[in-house]
Amino acid sequence: MGAPVTAGGKTRRGKGLSESQLGRVLVTPAVIVMCAVVFFPILATVWLSLHKYNLKYPYLGQPFVGLDNYVKILSDGRFLNSLKVTTLFTVSSVSVELVLGMAIALLLNRPFKGRGLVRTAVLVPWALTTVVMARMWAWIFNSEYGVFNAILYGLGFIDQYIPWVADTQFALWAAMGADIWKTTPFMALLLSAGLQTIPRELYEASMVDGASGWKQFWSITIPILKPTILVALLFRTLDAARVFDLLFVLTGGGPGFATESLSIYTYRSLFVNLDFGYGSALAVATFLYVMLISFIYIKVLGARTER
Amino acid sequence: MGTTYSGRDGSRHIRKEGITGFLIYLGVGLFVIFCLAPFLWIVSTSLKAPGQLHTKPPQIISWPPFWRNYVDVFRGRPFAQNIWNSVVVAGWATFLSLVVGSFAAYALARLKFKGRDLILSMVLAVSMFPGIAIVSPLYLSFSRLGLVNTKLALIFPYITFSMPLTIWTLTAFFRELPMELEEAAKVDGCTPVQAFTKVIIPLTAPGVFTCAILVFIFAWNEFLFARTFMNNASSYTVPVAMQLFEGVGDYTIPWGQIAAASVVVTLPLIILVLAFQKRIVAGLTAGAVKG
Repeated sequence: MGAPVTAGGKTRRGKGLSESQLGRVLVTPAVIVMCAVVFFPILATVWLSLHKYNLKYPYLGQPFVGLDNYVKILSDGRFLNSLKVTTLFTVSSVSVELVLGMAIALLLNRPFKGRGLVRTAVLVPWALTTVVMARMWAWIFNSEYGVFNAILYGLGFIDQYIPWVADTQFALWAAMGADIWKTTPFMALLLSAGLQTIPRELYEASMVDGASGWKQFWSITIPILKPTILVALLFRTLDAARVFDLLFVLTGGGPGFATESLSIYTYRSLFVNLDFGYGSALAVATFLYVMLISFIYIKVLGARTER
Repeated sequence: MGTTYSGRDGSRHIRKEGITGFLIYLGVGLFVIFCLAPFLWIVSTSLKAPGQLHTKPPQIISWPPFWRNYVDVFRGRPFAQNIWNSVVVAGWATFLSLVVGSFAAYALARLKFKGRDLILSMVLAVSMFPGIAIVSPLYLSFSRLGLVNTKLALIFPYITFSMPLTIWTLTAFFRELPMELEEAAKVDGCTPVQAFTKVIIPLTAPGVFTCAILVFIFAWNEFLFARTFMNNASSYTVPVAMQLFEGVGDYTIPWGQIAAASVVVTLPLIILVLAFQKRIVAGLTAGAVKG
């Protein structure tokens, strides 16, 4: 990942700290914060996951049970369901966002007037609080008075209003729609910034050779843009795989378990069932799932995240 | 992509340009509507009385506007307090994240030192980290320390989870400054510390400001930790209050008030976006694209 290790800083004699010492001093606060809030706690989560520990039954104590919780996970249908929901949500949302985002980025790279307005428009879905957005979509998808139903009905696509977020069949798709709305503009923004770095001469040269626009797209745009695409995809995929706010507020993981993602199942296990042992094992499973995705992107696809 | 038609026939050239131009504006227009329509619908909903909400098909704009939603939002619930909580938490988190992050970013961008790669890996790991994986031990620790329902319980995690954003954005900005700056400072007899505080910091004010906006928006929007560590109504931050927003003494969902509350809490974000759109875009794309 990182740049090759360069030998430690020059140790210059003189007043004050040397370059190398100053470097280490300056990063210390950041390291402390990250260790205190992320790296030690994840070890604590692993430790908790090896215990039976339910806050509802404090008198049972906190006996060590080894890998029992993990054995239980493997045969837990609800866990497998949440794995399926998370994967389906992630793969579907992110692929639509990529294709749509790319199309919009290509469009935005054409000359037109009113860039300020477009920039503002792009940033509205990005900046909007996910919880607020989720409640907003709940109203838009409302089964009785929702404007989404009214539009589809008006255009003749549906014969009767559909309870989008309360129907097992549609709830996850409704959530994906909301996610796509929120993140596609952002994806377009990143890709469009990448497009601007491609030298115009490349296209002009290939046009002289008679290459069509479609061919140019595959032979020039995509190869040059690949690093940007991979990084954008990596972070979008991770966000989608960690999805919590949107589903928690829009559908509450329901109806039934139809939209219960890994994060939501873990949250419920921890803070509804108060099962801190099993919940922590689910948390570790979620962690491993997310790390597996990063591994695939970085090692297999070669996403370069070093800045 | 080439936008000009390279045919020799001038009139066809112009006509094709005209059609392409029209299609571009059509596409861009549709995209702007796609981005803004749902929010505009909420603005319209926020001005509807209960009776105006429950019509089939819905009215696009109801007249007269029902401004009372904006008053009722603050009645019978500590909503103003919740907004203030968010301002305080996001404000402190932003300030501290920038202090801690700018030190680290400066070191990463301009200094040679051992352990640089390790730090970069740690930052990357934090950026990929699922928050849910650490809420259980954090919750137990915060309970033990009596931090549940205090702003510190949110400020610490927000500083940490904004570290990647702060460090990457600022590192990109610090790198853009010419190296000669510190050299010149050294020639003038500055120590590395003085080079940082007297030369670099003032020059990077715009970058730091951009980063501050991004961190503030992140902290303003965060939900998982806020939902977990805040459990009484007067400690909620905005996202938690919005999730739990319900009617006062009434079991129907007050959609008009929810919409009004949404507009109220989104307004600060919209103002930031309108005022600083160019900076925000520059900050967001700085890390992702290496020119």
